Amino acid sequence: MGTTPFTLIDKGQPHRIDSTNEGSTLRLATKPLLEALGWTQKTEGLCRGDVCIPIASQPDLITQQGADLLALGGVLGRKVAVDREASTASIGEETAVNRAQLAQGIAPDFTLPDLSGKEYSLSSYRGKKVLLIAYASW
Amino acid sequence: MWQALYEELGDKGFVPISVALDESPDAARPYIEKANPQHPSLIDTEHVVAHRYGLINVPAVIWIDEAGKIVRPSTAEYGTDQFVQFHGRESGPFLDAVRAWVNTGEVRTDEAVPSHMPAPTDDEEVARAEWALAWFLHQQGKTEAAAQHFARAGELSPDDWTIRRGSMPIQGQNPMGPEFFELFKDWEARGKTTHATMAAEREN
Repeated sequence: MGTTPFTLIDKGQPHRIDSTNEGSTLRLATKPLLEALGWTQKTEGLCRGDVCIPIASQPDLITQQGADLLALGGVLGRKVAVDREASTASIGEETAVNRAQLAQGIAPDFTLPDLSGKEYSLSSYRGKKVLLIAYASW
Repeated sequence: MWQALYEELGDKGFVPISVALDESPDAARPYIEKANPQHPSLIDTEHVVAHRYGLINVPAVIWIDEAGKIVRPSTAEYGTDQFVQFHGRESGPFLDAVRAWVNTGEVRTDEAVPSHMPAPTDDEEVARAEWALAWFLHQQGKTEAAAQHFARAGELSPDDWTIRRGSMPIQGQNPMGPEFFELFKDWEARGKTTHATMAAEREN
């Protein structure tokens, strides 16, 4: 089966990964995909640091042809949007962490640049009262 | 105004962090250069803060205490009364509330302040993935494909102005023009009242 170059966007960054279309199932090359998302495949399942997600009950998730992107998004709790014609997809944030934090009133951290490109993180302002102001020119 | 508030309260352990949900640094540059802030004034082209805090419109102002806890959830607040006739939310009481918070620790709320930050729904999360896809495709010059995904994002999350209005300048539309008035009409038709109370209404 031939492969097609595919672009997966994660946190604004594009990752080029080979893909195959298996009927309606979009599969991306397993190793580069997992690497891009920060996971590795072990006997226990998909692992990141000390955390492993068992996947034995989902034999179709990862096959010789690659990993089913939409199903993987489901396993990792990340929403996926796909444009087949453009061979491009975007994977959303791991919102479970954010949801839990918001439910407990914990301010989710972020790191963003200013006009000069210098980066700032919310977490470096612990000990101060922060007024977070989101605005836009529109 | 946030810079003035920083000058007034900065030595009391207070810092404003402003985040522009604009499509490029250049779109935000004139506003930032005019304000000349000495506090962090950041650019969020990917809407990271909107995603993580579940924000659906701007301005959105959140109070975060010394321990990193949200002590006053997101409300629409303005540093000045320049557009008060349009949005109806006066700046004075809010600025006084900030002063009281910094000086005494008192957290004043009013009817516009929701009790908590509502987490994004599944549809809203898919909408954000669609928006990110659209934004990338647009930057690749695939404007038609991008338009479809911007539209899909808006359908999934019709009350999210960071998606629906925020994609207008990207797509060469006027965020104060006909497309905005269409959005506003649609929003009103679904029973929404004012921008200032949007966050509180969202709880219901």
